[in-house]
Amino acid sequence: MAFRWPQFFHKLGSPRWFYRIGGLWLPWLAGIAACFLVIGAIWGLAFAPEDFKQGNSYRIIFVHVPSAFIALAGYYVMATAGAISLIWKMKLADIALKCAAPIGAAMTVLALISGATWGKPTWGTWWVWDARNTSMLVLLFLYLGIYALYNAFEREEQAARICAVLALVGTVNIPIIYKSVDWWFTLHQPATIKLTEPTTMHASMWQPLLLMIVGFYVLYTTLLIERIRVEILVRERRTRWVQDIVLASGA
Amino acid sequence: MYFSSLNELFYMDGHGVYVWAVYAVAISIIAALAITPLVRRRRFVREETQRLRREGKV
Repeated sequence: MAFRWPQFFHKLGSPRWFYRIGGLWLPWLAGIAACFLVIGAIWGLAFAPEDFKQGNSYRIIFVHVPSAFIALAGYYVMATAGAISLIWKMKLADIALKCAAPIGAAMTVLALISGATWGKPTWGTWWVWDARNTSMLVLLFLYLGIYALYNAFEREEQAARICAVLALVGTVNIPIIYKSVDWWFTLHQPATIKLTEPTTMHASMWQPLLLMIVGFYVLYTTLLIERIRVEILVRERRTRWVQDIVLASGA
Repeated sequence: MYFSSLNELFYMDGHGVYVWAVYAVAISIIAALAITPLVRRRRFVREETQRLRREGKV
């Protein structure tokens, strides 16, 4: 059968279809994520050489950079879901918006904690109120705000609409985070990896980092699908197909 | 391995405590993210089964 985009989008809007296909993909995605992360972490911790300036503390980069990438990418996912939900009133987009918030918040927390722990031996302090740190903290508050706001509403459609607007307004923070290390004087080092120019990192260091970044992206996808599937069950609990699943797994 | 012994791998010239703490936090956060939907799903199935039984749909 030929692949047809309109049909694909039509199906993607169906929670039941997403639940089934997501369930098929989940074990594979989880396995791939685990492989990348385990190999990347062991490589980065034990096999990559140490940095000539920062010594071994730089090994935190293999957690810090991927989690910060996901913190930002997760915001795009959430804002895109919000836009789709506002424009097309797609139920699955509402669900994705709600599920992306806690994962994004957790990844932002991980980026902040790993950054602070890297800062202590490198900058001599856990925290400075400079542009990069502060804009990442704002990102965390945006995630938490959307999560709290969503759960504050009784009616799901109303919650989704208001959170979608907040998510879209909050995207203004994303370019600020990216550019903060260039626009302001900051303790944070400039970007090590850029799409536009070759990296200044040695292959023995960026190879495990690349594994970790890919691993975190796959992990994010896994966690998002996992969360969305549970949310689908909860919202569609009045339907026959969910009741069948409940009875099959509850017995 | 880059380090000459396991002790050195753990100590990392004094940076070990920072590096290993970050990896421990990362594992905890990822585990929490993966486990919470499972717990929620289990609770949902339990509550829904009870509701369906109560409403006589089983």
